[in-house]
Amino acid sequence: MNIEIEKYNNYQVIKLYGEVDLSNSRSIKLDIIKLIKSKNNIIVDFTHLQYIDSSGMASLVEAFNEAKENDTEFHIVGANGSPLQVLQLTRLNTVFNLADSVEVVGNNG
Amino acid sequence: MVKPIITVEHLFAQYGDTQVLKDVNLEVNTGEILVVMGGSGSGKSTLLNHMLGLKTPTSGTIMIDDVNIFNAKNKQLRNLRKKMGVAFQGGALLSSLNVADNVRLPLEHNTSLDTQTIDIMVRMKLEVMNMADTGHLMPSELSGGMLKRAGLARAVIMDPKLLFFDEPSAGLDPTTAVELDELILTLRDAMNMTIVVVTHELESVFKIADRVVVLFGGEVVANGTVDDIKNSPDERIHNMINRQPNTHRDDGEVYFNRLLNKDKD
Repeated sequence: MNIEIEKYNNYQVIKLYGEVDLSNSRSIKLDIIKLIKSKNNIIVDFTHLQYIDSSGMASLVEAFNEAKENDTEFHIVGANGSPLQVLQLTRLNTVFNLADSVEVVGNNG
Repeated sequence: MVKPIITVEHLFAQYGDTQVLKDVNLEVNTGEILVVMGGSGSGKSTLLNHMLGLKTPTSGTIMIDDVNIFNAKNKQLRNLRKKMGVAFQGGALLSSLNVADNVRLPLEHNTSLDTQTIDIMVRMKLEVMNMADTGHLMPSELSGGMLKRAGLARAVIMDPKLLFFDEPSAGLDPTTAVELDELILTLRDAMNMTIVVVTHELESVFKIADRVVVLFGGEVVANGTVDDIKNSPDERIHNMINRQPNTHRDDGEVYFNRLLNKDKD
């Protein structure tokens, strides 16, 4: 698992690589929540994410809730393959703001 | 070539004088749904119990994820069990805990996740099982189908690589049975699970199986695709599929020896 954080217009983009599971979901959640508490708008980029388990999805739900409470934006972009299927299976695709790419969100925000 | 996640080799098991499994050999490939099918007394539940490491065989080996489960060290077995989920026939929920507390048990015991994360995971899994808002119910308040789905929610709460499901549709009405079959297919596809299902329900076998192993009298009598099984020339399989009573009888000499308790084989 690798994580890169970079700025794109008014957003902090968290790029996830590899697999999010029980071993790393908590630290990813804490990283994102820290950014949210500093009033950053968030884009989580799934483009290079190969797998995310339930603990990863639950952690993102917590981060999304934190964003709502801090009145900041929270988007997930680039979901494909297994992570997209997990979003659909858990019906979290109806919960999160999903978009195709960082540019789609970042250029319109 | 796909690597098998489970390899069963020359497995023999007996209860008392009765040989229950006789030289069972099979492989389960990563990402497939393997159905072990057979009538009552065929040995399928015994085979499942051996795969789960709940029984020790007379001889033979079972390798799961490169671990020989019959001579593995405790730590190896603990790590392996974290990758395995088991949905038992009746759900096997603890009657003193409500549904949510049953489902969260594996996470409480095996992870150090935050309580809120666990709460969300439990609700998410109940949602997947079409059991939203049932977390507060006690097992005694659930129907048979709900018990199975709650048991399945607990079995997959850790997102196991390998799921064992004992008789998913037994005793359910046809609609609920179909829903559970759909759920099994979805779990395989979305969560990349390898799934071993033990059942005698033909509709379920034909709907979900990538491959079928048929047990008869403790022996593997067929191992192939659904079409292979449907087209099998074996009379025992033909009778099973067409719901004909088993008319296979041992010849006179075998029967004679059995009457006199002469030959245990």
